[in-house]
Amino acid sequence: MAFLQIDHVSKFFPNPSGAGEVCIFKDATIKIDKGEFVTVIGHSGCGKSTLLNIIAGLETPSEGGVILNGREASGPGLDRMVVFQNFALMPWMTVFENIALAVRSAYPDWTAAQVSAHVTRYIALVGLKGAENKRPAALSGGMKQRVGLARAFSIEPKVLLLDEPFAQIDALTRGVIQEELIQMWNTSRNTVFMVTHDVDEAILLSDRILLMTNGPEARIAEMVNVSIARPRSRETIIDHPRYYKIRNHIIHFLVRHAKHGGHDSASEHRPDSADPVVVNFEEETVAAG
Amino acid sequence: MESTNDAMVSETASPPDRTGVPSLLMVRPVMHRVAASLKRAGGWAKGLAVGGFQAGGGTAAGKATGNPWFISAFVLVMFLLAWHFFTLRPTFDPTGLTEEQLQLMEFNGDIVRMPDGAYAWNPEKEKVKGIPGPLAVVEKARTELAEAFVIKGTNDHGIGYLVLYTVSRFAAGFLAASVIAILLGVILGLNKVLFRAANPFIQILKPISPLAWMPLLLYTVKDPKWTAMLVVFMAAVWPTLATTAFGVSSLKKEYLHVASIVQLSWFKRLYKVILPGAAPTIVNGLRISFGSALVAVVPAEMLLGELGVGYLSWIEWNNLDIAGVIFAILVVGVVGVVLDSGFNKLAGLVTYQE
Repeated sequence: MAFLQIDHVSKFFPNPSGAGEVCIFKDATIKIDKGEFVTVIGHSGCGKSTLLNIIAGLETPSEGGVILNGREASGPGLDRMVVFQNFALMPWMTVFENIALAVRSAYPDWTAAQVSAHVTRYIALVGLKGAENKRPAALSGGMKQRVGLARAFSIEPKVLLLDEPFAQIDALTRGVIQEELIQMWNTSRNTVFMVTHDVDEAILLSDRILLMTNGPEARIAEMVNVSIARPRSRETIIDHPRYYKIRNHIIHFLVRHAKHGGHDSASEHRPDSADPVVVNFEEETVAAG
Repeated sequence: MESTNDAMVSETASPPDRTGVPSLLMVRPVMHRVAASLKRAGGWAKGLAVGGFQAGGGTAAGKATGNPWFISAFVLVMFLLAWHFFTLRPTFDPTGLTEEQLQLMEFNGDIVRMPDGAYAWNPEKEKVKGIPGPLAVVEKARTELAEAFVIKGTNDHGIGYLVLYTVSRFAAGFLAASVIAILLGVILGLNKVLFRAANPFIQILKPISPLAWMPLLLYTVKDPKWTAMLVVFMAAVWPTLATTAFGVSSLKKEYLHVASIVQLSWFKRLYKVILPGAAPTIVNGLRISFGSALVAVVPAEMLLGELGVGYLSWIEWNNLDIAGVIFAILVVGVVGVVLDSGFNKLAGLVTYQE
């Protein structure tokens, strides 16, 4: 059994225009192994952030469930930490306090000195030494998200959930922080589930990329294996022979679904199966399962 | 204010033969200050030009320089001078009046014979003729402040005590209202259903003047001391309750998400996340409550006859001592300013920048 299993999860919201319910996505089934980095890409409104919140326990699924390490994970917990798109740092706390809040909860037995050492170590890890006593309002977007990452990594969660973590950061800084994320992840090797719009970011970071059709009734249509060896860096990855094949495949998928909405999925996939089509780019061949 | 106080202290210690002059002496430090700020502004013309520019709202592209205190001092001096001259009454002029007429006027109490034999307007009657001038008010303030902590009788306590009574009455009502309103507001803010259920009641109760409750409160608690405090409570509870509920309900969802992911206990969640997060909104509500409670405490004291600065204003009216009424109004203003600045300091501690 996979380490993290999202099992036939569906989400319905009450219809805003009146009676009935709207299905956001249906039968999402994802199996993630320990230490894997899996990314979901899809258009806005396909419910990928809702899916991430369900894994985090911040929202409840209408159907199905999430199994982590053989147990059902319902409700939020320290084993599944989220890095939020808008950082979610408490503006009334300093950088240190923001991280210490999480560390103290994760390690309730620690002394103040232990907490302080741990927090300081993670602040240094994201290169924010000297900014410990600044408040988020005094930080740039990139620095804020570094704090967000430090907070997430500092409690050493089993699963790291990244909700479009770099969407609000300028393009130049984004690349730098992406590489910092790779470095931190290389040492910690948490299981990561990320949601993003950014195809390049997904290829750079992920082991597998899941492609979602448009909502309503979105579904995970394809699963692309990113068969590019690690370590990867932004400079060298674009020269890899498979990079543009993967990239073009994903972009074609997204463009196709932007045109037709989610309603052409029936013609492409077996409607009775929740399993996505597996796409591999090994040895210059395209094998669609 | 400080300099005025200093002047008063030194005056009270001065020999009695100078009692006629102190009002003039007291104006002097103020004048010194004005002169100093004039010098700083570089003379009348420049000062006025700068003042005029600032009063224009700084619409021009230039930088707004100048000392706003200068404008304030200028307005104050102009106001005091105008007040003084418009309330100035002519001295008694006996020309054209026969001795018989004068004796009749003296008999009626309109005029009095001075030790030197000349007649003057009766100062007792002068008190209630027209509005007293600034010098009369200053003189009244001087005598009242000199006896600030003297108790002359059951209902004649010094102004220091009266301020103390009002402030403690205000503080008790306001603090009780704030604690209850914030706790209830947090509960309502976290629960949308409860909020919507309670909202009609809040909306109906909020606009009721706190004084309208007074007869009912007096009838129920049967004690004017508690009634005055409860009037303050009623004035302070609704704005804080409504804004706290609003502030908590509009708290960014992510903050609560973080709190639930890191598994904060409900108490830690309350004082580490919810209260500090909603603090700026809560403080705004407290500020509205503060103002309306301060407004309510004065008439409550008047109507209930509870000793305090509001009571002072009414009792001076009953004494037909208009200078005393003006003095009481000024005391209410000063007490309000001092409480408000203390409140602002407190508010500065809990607000944050997004």
